[in-house]
Amino acid sequence: MQFMAILFYICAAVAVLAALNVILQRTPVYSALSLIVVLCALAIVYLLLGAEFMSVIQVIVYAGAIMVLFVFVIMLLNAGHEAPGQRSRVARWLGPPIVAAFLVEVAAVVWKQFPASGSASPAPLDGSPRAIGQLLFHNYVLPFEVTSILILVAILGAVVLAKKEF
Amino acid sequence: MATFSDTAFLLLVAVVKIAVVVVVLLTTVAYLSWLERKVVAHIQARWGPYLVGPHGLLQPLADGAKFILKEEIVPLEADRVIYWLAPFLGFVLAFLSIAVIPFGEGFTFHGHPIEFQIADLNVGILFIFAVTSLGVYSIALAGWSSNSKYPLFGGLRSSAQMISYELSLGLAVIGTLMWAGTLSLREIVNTQSGFWIIHGVKTWIPHWYIFAQPVGFFVYFTSAIAETNRVPFDLPEGETELVGGFHTEYSSMKFAMFFMSEYANMVTVSCLATILFLGGWHGPLFGPPPLRIILPVVWFCLKVFCFLFFYIWMRGTLPRFRYDQLMSFGWKFLLPLGLLNILVTSLLLAWHG
Repeated sequence: MQFMAILFYICAAVAVLAALNVILQRTPVYSALSLIVVLCALAIVYLLLGAEFMSVIQVIVYAGAIMVLFVFVIMLLNAGHEAPGQRSRVARWLGPPIVAAFLVEVAAVVWKQFPASGSASPAPLDGSPRAIGQLLFHNYVLPFEVTSILILVAILGAVVLAKKEF
Repeated sequence: MATFSDTAFLLLVAVVKIAVVVVVLLTTVAYLSWLERKVVAHIQARWGPYLVGPHGLLQPLADGAKFILKEEIVPLEADRVIYWLAPFLGFVLAFLSIAVIPFGEGFTFHGHPIEFQIADLNVGILFIFAVTSLGVYSIALAGWSSNSKYPLFGGLRSSAQMISYELSLGLAVIGTLMWAGTLSLREIVNTQSGFWIIHGVKTWIPHWYIFAQPVGFFVYFTSAIAETNRVPFDLPEGETELVGGFHTEYSSMKFAMFFMSEYANMVTVSCLATILFLGGWHGPLFGPPPLRIILPVVWFCLKVFCFLFFYIWMRGTLPRFRYDQLMSFGWKFLLPLGLLNILVTSLLLAWHG
């Protein structure tokens, strides 16, 4: 279990650093690549929680398809370096303290809900594909079907918006 | 041996397995280039490499030396970080997917079971799909970072082709997964042992899924050829269309990395085809126990070699798809065919129980 704790901290650190890199980079492509690193680090965290199916699906769908779309758009639009714009002094002095206060508040809420009690961890849920399939198609079948219709509506909307006028 | 703790032993075994697999894969990739040149040459009624070593067998070594000693030319306006990152990313991902491929039955060594597989994930197939999905980035970024029009077009076309055929690849596999009932690669091979029993009649046909899923096999293999950017789907790197495609501006070692990752992807896809459709390492077993341990690996390698030979055979035979033909083939033919395959397979399985 020690190994898992070390791995968790490494992945969490990588995720946080890459997320900071997303907003601090000037080149859009580097931001997109940092976001992919964040997603892969999160996938490893899911794996540590026992959700192996979710972890692989996260990489396939999010990092492997959605982010490819982002990278395509960035490459095609040839978005170059972002010139540093007008920085307001109020934001520079007020911003970081407010963000820090917000993070401390979120951490306090989470700490209250899940007190760090050493070895007592919540019972690991079954993250295997079989278990997820059972839940998805027995208990949650209606949300599943409604979501698929939602996606169909989105596809139709995209096709209508993008088709050529004849 | 008695003083080794379990963890240390497992670690040692894992390191040895990784070393063996990496060495074998690198040699395979190098000699695959020799095989390709020889086979394509003989298809074209000429010799191929003949002078460097007997029958050109040392040609890959000469090529390796050339790649190492050649001058590295980097375009002036290329995006430095990504230009260097792209080939290595592709290379790493191509080798990563071999980690979950089972090569044979295991054996017991002093009471410890050792499998011929580096990591037996229970979502093995999805892991390979995940790594393949990430492999699209290597080509797209290589094309973009070269800061030149031919690589950009080649990179974009290749990524569009890869993400389109990933869909049919996934759908083709689902039929087999319905028969196998599991996502773990080792379990899928285990379900293919024995022979088919049709309506209570024992046949001599091995219980391989190629006999149950011929359409699935066709869709899978065609999508796999498109995934690995091989002829007839190799427009993104075709010389007459796009100069060199996404690897135009790359020289020496980085160019070699692209080629090695393409061959490694070919090997991975062939291994997966063997596992899913040809019964993995199952074959006639005979002889004393040491031979019985090695024979499954031999059968597996033979089947993979058949697929690799088929890849090279197609390269020497078929002309190239035009890009719009390529995309419409993937979206308008293979995708509906894959969906139909899933429909028919699930109806069949539900009806027969």
